[in-house]
Amino acid sequence: MGAYVLRRLGYGVGVVLGVLFLLFLLFFTITAPEDIARKALGDKAPPEAIQTWLENHEYDRPLWPWQDWDENLLFDHYRKMLTFDFGVSDADDSPIIDRIKAGMGPSLSLTVPLLVLGLFVSIPLSLLVAFFRETYIDRMGVFLCVLAMSVSTLLYIIGAQFLIGKVLRWYPISGFDASLAMLPRFLALPVLVGLISGVGGDVRFYRTVFLEESSRDFVRTARAKGAGEARIMIFHVLRNAMIPILTRVVLAIPFLFMGALLLEAFFGIPGLGSMTVDAIQSNDFSTMRTMVYIGSLLFVFGQVATDISYGLVDPRVSVE
Amino acid sequence: MSWLEPHILSNLVTLGLLAGLVFAARVVRAQRLWREAAVELWRRRRFAILVVGVYLLIGLADSVSWTGGVPDDAVGVLPNAPLSVLDRAFLDSREASYSAPFAAVEFYGGDALRHPGGHPLGTDILGRDVFYLSLKGARVALLIGGLTSLIAIPLALLFGVCAGYFGGRFDDFVFFLISTMASMPSLLLLIALIMVMGRSTFSVCIALAVTGWVGFCRLTRAETLKLRELDYIQAARALGVSEAKIIFRHILPNLAHLIVITFVLMFSGLVLSEAVLSWLGIGVDGSWGQMIDGARDELSRQPVVWWNIAAAGSALFGLILAVNSVGDAVRDVLDPRTARES
Amino acid sequence: MALLEVRDLRTAFPSKDGMTPVVDGVSFDLERGKVLALVGESGSGKSMTALSTLRLVPKPGRVTSGSVKLDGEELLSLPVTEMRRIRGGRIGMIFQEPMTCLNPVVRVGAQVAEAIQLHESMSKADARSRARELFVEVGIPDPEERLDAYPHHLSGGLKQRVMIAMALSTRPEILIADEPTTALDVTVQAQILDLLRDLQQKRNAAILLITHDLGIVNELADRVAVMYAGRLVEMADRVSLLSDPLHPYTQGLLRSIPALSAPGEPLPEIPGVVPSPDQWPAGCRFSTRCPKRFEPCADQFPAESNPGVGRRVWCHAVAESAGEGAS
Repeated sequence: MGAYVLRRLGYGVGVVLGVLFLLFLLFFTITAPEDIARKALGDKAPPEAIQTWLENHEYDRPLWPWQDWDENLLFDHYRKMLTFDFGVSDADDSPIIDRIKAGMGPSLSLTVPLLVLGLFVSIPLSLLVAFFRETYIDRMGVFLCVLAMSVSTLLYIIGAQFLIGKVLRWYPISGFDASLAMLPRFLALPVLVGLISGVGGDVRFYRTVFLEESSRDFVRTARAKGAGEARIMIFHVLRNAMIPILTRVVLAIPFLFMGALLLEAFFGIPGLGSMTVDAIQSNDFSTMRTMVYIGSLLFVFGQVATDISYGLVDPRVSVE
Repeated sequence: MSWLEPHILSNLVTLGLLAGLVFAARVVRAQRLWREAAVELWRRRRFAILVVGVYLLIGLADSVSWTGGVPDDAVGVLPNAPLSVLDRAFLDSREASYSAPFAAVEFYGGDALRHPGGHPLGTDILGRDVFYLSLKGARVALLIGGLTSLIAIPLALLFGVCAGYFGGRFDDFVFFLISTMASMPSLLLLIALIMVMGRSTFSVCIALAVTGWVGFCRLTRAETLKLRELDYIQAARALGVSEAKIIFRHILPNLAHLIVITFVLMFSGLVLSEAVLSWLGIGVDGSWGQMIDGARDELSRQPVVWWNIAAAGSALFGLILAVNSVGDAVRDVLDPRTARES
Repeated sequence: MALLEVRDLRTAFPSKDGMTPVVDGVSFDLERGKVLALVGESGSGKSMTALSTLRLVPKPGRVTSGSVKLDGEELLSLPVTEMRRIRGGRIGMIFQEPMTCLNPVVRVGAQVAEAIQLHESMSKADARSRARELFVEVGIPDPEERLDAYPHHLSGGLKQRVMIAMALSTRPEILIADEPTTALDVTVQAQILDLLRDLQQKRNAAILLITHDLGIVNELADRVAVMYAGRLVEMADRVSLLSDPLHPYTQGLLRSIPALSAPGEPLPEIPGVVPSPDQWPAGCRFSTRCPKRFEPCADQFPAESNPGVGRRVWCHAVAESAGEGAS
């Protein structure tokens, strides 16, 4: 098992290095540091101001190692990213790492309930729909899923805010209060909206998985043994379906941290998601760069965790 | 280079696409497999296909444009600007500001409209007819979905098939590339690309393509790996058939159903992504996403200005639902594993 | 009264042109303690016949008419809960592909125990020891350890033994074996066949054996029924059928078995292919390929004739010659 984990981690590290290289290409070659400076200071800024800005942000070096082995942006980039030295925001010079630490809590408080509740809602619904496959319940279910999936998340959010916040006045439209008592009030609406916008796609995916597993030969064997449909669904099908479902869940873990971008921004939750949105709107390249890096890091971690969980859950996967 | 105006280019591209469509129709007619699939698709999703067709026609109406022929007293139009069929239909529909659907007077202030009762979906803050704006959004959406897919799918095919078929170092490289790009959260990467490349329609499409090609590439690579081991392919190689012929004659046709399925299913995802980008301020001009973004605050006014967002939202929903519906049916019909009687 | 009486069984699948029959009027008896082999090519409907008796026809197909009586009790109209008691309880079934027929994420011991516990109330510990006894009975070495193995740890032959153990765990009166050895190596085939014969004799169970392999028929069967395109064409006791086949199809099948004593001669074959349902002639379905075809064959389906004790044939040519010779 140990060797298996090491191999997966090794490949993951390689991928992270590759991601960093792509980020470098994106943020330093396709757009040069001078452009970033101009965006921050304005197009009309004089060359000296630009030069000062570049020096302050340590961008006043050549790009590639062959230009200057000791001081070049590529090595700087790798060194800083790998040591989590994220520097300061291009927009307001605040330390990025502080904002990340502050933003993680709120993001998690939104996404974790969303994930858990999502599972509790989607899996039973899809089991139900798959149990009644080929009947009109199934067809209705699929149609509703396609319907739900076709509505843009934007519309869900705007609609929910309008309907529940303004018309019915059940919950506050936006805002955030970290105290344990107030938290549910402010999270209720975003979690609800997140659930509704996601349930369509989830149920469709899980339904497909359940149906695929239901048509396998071992289900026919179970039927020939005299097992009832309900037992087949829960004991035989669900067990096998757990593997792809688990994959999906573990892969979603990294996104717990990133926060649901739209939900946070619309509902005023000060997490990593709204931090990213701010970065976009203020052309803050260094924050953007950091967020993509962290997102990738978490994604790779999620994939490695998925592979490892396969080894634990699926007896067919040999981890030697 | 005055003859290479943007609108002339757009006209030519539209013509090219139409020609491509006619060609595709002929291919489908000629091959029994595709013909039967098309008939089956029509049988299952008549309504949704018609809806998509309507959107296509509207988009077409907005894609063919020419200059001239504008009466001098037309409001809000530059005299020498190229205008499409759609533009000309709504040529003189400008008001001063907001008005409710079918209203006779302005929303704020109550001044009489130039065309009382003539705006079925009202007008926006600049007085533009909302129905007209919604129709114009169709072309943008089709452009985003279509152009991006036209970039992403061939790219994914090229890399995926070559990696799967030829293997070796190139495959290692492609696999690593895919893994790396797939590890970057696509929305963030998308935003980063647009921040870097600028916010024109073309860059948005390129950015969407760059984030979108990876999934399909993985699929084509995996399929090609499987196909390569099939007996008749091995037989062809043993007989000395050239690699290029094998790829074009045997591998690509077996991927054709995947291409169609992916194209249709990608389409709606792309349009929805663009809506999110518009909301973030980096979308394409004239898209429904932009209309929704611009109309957000209108819902909190007293009294509520709802028709802008309702129109754009419904238009968006209509197209996505129709495409998703057709896409589902396309997958059921073309995927050999799920092919069964409905 | 026979243990299993099947009368005029019809099973069909929906298609563009309505319902396409795959089992089209099959009738036979299975006697207690005897082995009946149902023989035919792929697509002849033999597997579907077996599945139909247990009402396991995969959707969207279904049994459209006919009767299946177990010890006089009609199975086709039984409520589902009753049917489940029959399935695995009084009629066991084993399938062709042991690779995929066992649940990959459940230990095999637990799967056999499940079969037992579905029909008898028993503690888990008791069911497990019963399973162990069964493993011994079907010849699985190291039974205690094997109980906790997962299917992918076992070879094909072992998996099939597990399937047999599972099917026989409830002491059913009938065992349906659908091509039990087709997916196995030849040497393993022989072992499984020996096992089946052994168990059948010990428990006096009736077996409905589905196969396309006449060699297996020779090893195990008491009576043989031959199917072609959804219908029976000949049925007789094993010795008579193999030594003196009457239906031209059966004759063709037997002739095409390579005989070790005649090397170098071209292998006889039955020309043509099995017609698909939309190509079935109105009369005898074999008429398009039959060397003895004459006037009535294409338009009229031959009625059953009984040219000998316990022999049933559906063939105009045979009926003709039987009629001629019976004066």
